[in-house]
Amino acid sequence: MRNDLILRVVAKLLIPFILLFAVYVQFHGDFGPGGGFQAGVIFAAGIVLHALIFGLDRTKTFLPEPWVESIMALGVLLYVGVGLAGIILGGNFLDFFVLDADSITGQHRGIFWIEIGVALTVAGVMLKIFYMFAARGPIDE
Amino acid sequence: MSITQHLPVLQVALPLLAAPLALIVRQRRVAFAILLAASLACLAISLALWNHVQDGSVISYAIGSWPPPWGIEYRVDRLNAFVLVLVSGMASLVLLFSWRSIEAEIAEDRHYLFYTMFALCLTGLLGITITGDAFNVFVFLEVSSLSTYVLIAMGQKRRALVAAYQYLIMGTIGATLIVMGIGMLYLMTGTLNLYDMAERLGPLQGQRPVLAALAFITVGVSLKVALFPLHQWLPNAYTYAPSAVSAFLAATATKVAIYVLLRFYFSVFGQTIFLDLPVRPLLIALALAGMFVASFLAIYQLDLKRLFAFSSVAQVGYIVLGIGMGNAAGLTSSVLHLFNHGITKGAIFLLLGLVVFALGGTQLSRLKGLGKTMPITSIGLVICGLSLIGIPGTSGFISKWYLIMAAVELGHWWLVFLIVSSSLLATAYVWKFVDVAYFQSPETPAAAGRALPLTMVLPALLLTASTLYFGIDTRFTIGSATGAVASMIGAQP
Amino acid sequence: MTTLAGSFTYLVTFLLMMAGFFIIIARGNLIKKLIGLGIFQSSVYLLYVGPAKIVGGTAPILAAGFTVYSNPLPHVLILTAIVVGVATLALGLALVVLIRESYGTIEEDDILKLDILPEPETEQA
Repeated sequence: MRNDLILRVVAKLLIPFILLFAVYVQFHGDFGPGGGFQAGVIFAAGIVLHALIFGLDRTKTFLPEPWVESIMALGVLLYVGVGLAGIILGGNFLDFFVLDADSITGQHRGIFWIEIGVALTVAGVMLKIFYMFAARGPIDE
Repeated sequence: MSITQHLPVLQVALPLLAAPLALIVRQRRVAFAILLAASLACLAISLALWNHVQDGSVISYAIGSWPPPWGIEYRVDRLNAFVLVLVSGMASLVLLFSWRSIEAEIAEDRHYLFYTMFALCLTGLLGITITGDAFNVFVFLEVSSLSTYVLIAMGQKRRALVAAYQYLIMGTIGATLIVMGIGMLYLMTGTLNLYDMAERLGPLQGQRPVLAALAFITVGVSLKVALFPLHQWLPNAYTYAPSAVSAFLAATATKVAIYVLLRFYFSVFGQTIFLDLPVRPLLIALALAGMFVASFLAIYQLDLKRLFAFSSVAQVGYIVLGIGMGNAAGLTSSVLHLFNHGITKGAIFLLLGLVVFALGGTQLSRLKGLGKTMPITSIGLVICGLSLIGIPGTSGFISKWYLIMAAVELGHWWLVFLIVSSSLLATAYVWKFVDVAYFQSPETPAAAGRALPLTMVLPALLLTASTLYFGIDTRFTIGSATGAVASMIGAQP
Repeated sequence: MTTLAGSFTYLVTFLLMMAGFFIIIARGNLIKKLIGLGIFQSSVYLLYVGPAKIVGGTAPILAAGFTVYSNPLPHVLILTAIVVGVATLALGLALVVLIRESYGTIEEDDILKLDILPEPETEQA
C-alpha cells in the first residue's frame, strides 16, 4: 500500500485528526458519549491505519512492542494507584471524595485519572493485538 | 487510618497490582517474587477475614465510600471467608510448585506472562468470592475465565489450544447466560446489590421474569461448575494444561462457581424459590448422572490426568447432590466437599505434576512400577485416591458422611445406595492406578527420571498431608461449613 | 406492555440470542463459532439497554430544562460487557490462528480427526 499515492496522502491528512479526536472523546466523556474505552480504541485505530498504509516496521520505529506492553501495564497500575490513593488519603478504595477538599472536584479528578488509565490500557491492548496478528506472515499452504 | 479496615479490598487489589508489575519487569525471578509476595499476603488477609467472621458477624466494605446499595459493596460472611481461604491457600502452594514445574512445560521467555495471567486469575477468583454486587460477579468471573483460557493454552501439546478454545466457547456461553439472569433480576428489582436484591425480591415471588432469571443463572453457573451434561470442556482442559494450572483450576475454578450458585440461591433468591420451580429434583438428577457417567468414563481412561479430570466431574456431582437435597446436612456436606475436594484434587494434580517432571507424561503405560521408582509420589496418590473414595481417616470420608446423613434425614434410602455405589466406582478407577504402580514392573530400569526439586515436593506433600489431617481434625472444616450453612439458611426470613 | 409490539426489544433480544447460539452449535468452522458467540453476546447488550430508555426521558446528561432522564446505569454495564466481548473475541481469534498453524485446518471435524492420531513431536508456537 505504500506506493499508492492517494492512500498515503489521505492517511497523512487523517491520522493526526483521528488521534486528536481520540483525545477529544477521552476528555468529553463527562459531557457526552465518550470516555476511556472509546478513546483508547480510536487512538489505536489511528495507529493501525498508519501501520496498514506505511507498513508495520515503520510504525514499530516510533511505537516499539516493549513500549506497548508497558503502556498496557501502566494503565492498570494508574487505575489501582488512584484506588490506593483513596486509601492513603483516608477514605476507602477508589474513594474520590477525599481527593480534594471539595467533593465534586474530587470526583472530577478521580474520574479523570481513572479514564486516562483505562484509555492507556485499551489502546495498549488493541495495538498489541494488532502487532501480534500482523506480525505473523501468511501461512504457506 | 488502620490497614485492617481495608482488608476486604486489599484481598483483590494486591493480586491486581501484582499482575501489571509482573508484566513490566519481564524477569521471571522478579515476577515470581512479586507473585509469591502477593499470594502470601492474600493468604494472610483471607485468614484474618475468616477469623473475624467466625462469630457470625459480617464485614461490609463500601468501594468508593458510596454506601450500598448505590455503590459496590464487598461483603464477607462465613461462607465466602471459607472459600477465600481455599483459593488463596491453593494459589500460594501452586505458585511455589510452579517455579520449577513450568521450566519443563513453557518456553522460558514466556514465564513472566504465565505469572501475569496467574495473578489475574487469582484476582478474578478472589473478586468473585468477596463481592456483594451482582454485576461485579460477572466482571470478575470473566477476568478469571479469560486468564484461565490463556493459562490452559500454554500447555505443551497442540491439543491444549483446542481444549482452551472449547473451554472459551462453553465458558463464554455460561457467563453470558449468567449476565442475562443478572440483567433480568436488575430489571425486576432496580438494584445490583445482592442483599438489597434479596429484600426487593420478597414481594415478587413467583413472577415469570424472576423464575426466568433463576433458570438462566442456574444453567450459566452449571456450565462453569461442569455439572453433567455441561462438563464437556473439563477433561480436555485439565489434561492438556500445564501441571500447575491443572492443579490450580481443579482446586478452585469449579469451587468458586459452586459458591456463586450457593450465593444466588440462598442469599438472593431465598429458599421459597425452590417451591416455584423444580430446581431440587433437577439438581439431584443431574448430579447423580454426573456421578455415575463420569466415574464410568474415568475407569476407561488411559491417561492418569484425564482419569482424574473425569473424577472431578463425578466429585462435583456429590457437591451438587448436597445442594439439591437442600437440608442443613446436605448443604454442610456441599460446603465441606467444596473444601475437601479442592485440597484433594489439588494434591493429586500436584503429585501428577511431579510425575510429569520426572517422567515426561502421565499415560498409564509410562507409569508401570511407579511404586518403586517414585515411592513417595505413589503413596501420596494412593492416599488422595482413598480420600476420593471416602475411606474413613481421610477428608473425603467426612463430606460423604454428611451427604449420607442428609439422605437418611430425608428418608431417601435409594439415594444412600447410589452414593455408596458411586464410591465403589471410584474404587475402580483408583485401583487402576494402584495396579499399574504396584503390581507391574517398570519397563526400563532407569525409568526413575530426574530428581525432584524441593519447591515442588513440599507443596504436593503438604496438600496430601492436609487431606489426611482434615479427615482426622475436622474442627476447621466442619466449624467453617456449619457456620457458612447457618449464615445461608439462618438469614432467610 | 404485554402486547407483541410493546415487547419488540425483547423479541429481537431472544431472536439474536437463539441465532447466535444456533451458529455456535451448528457450524464446525472455528471462526464461524466465534461470530455466533459475538451475536449471542450482543443480545445481552440489547436486553440491558432496551429497558433503560425511560418514556419521555432524554440522554442522561444533566442539562437545564429537563427533568426526566434515561437510566445511565445499564449503559455503563454494557460498556463493560462490550469490552469483555471484545477481549473474548480477540483471545478466540488468537487461539484460532495458533490452531491453524499447528493443525493446518480450522474445521472442527478435521481437527478431531487429526487429534485421534498420535501427537506429532512439534513445538507449539
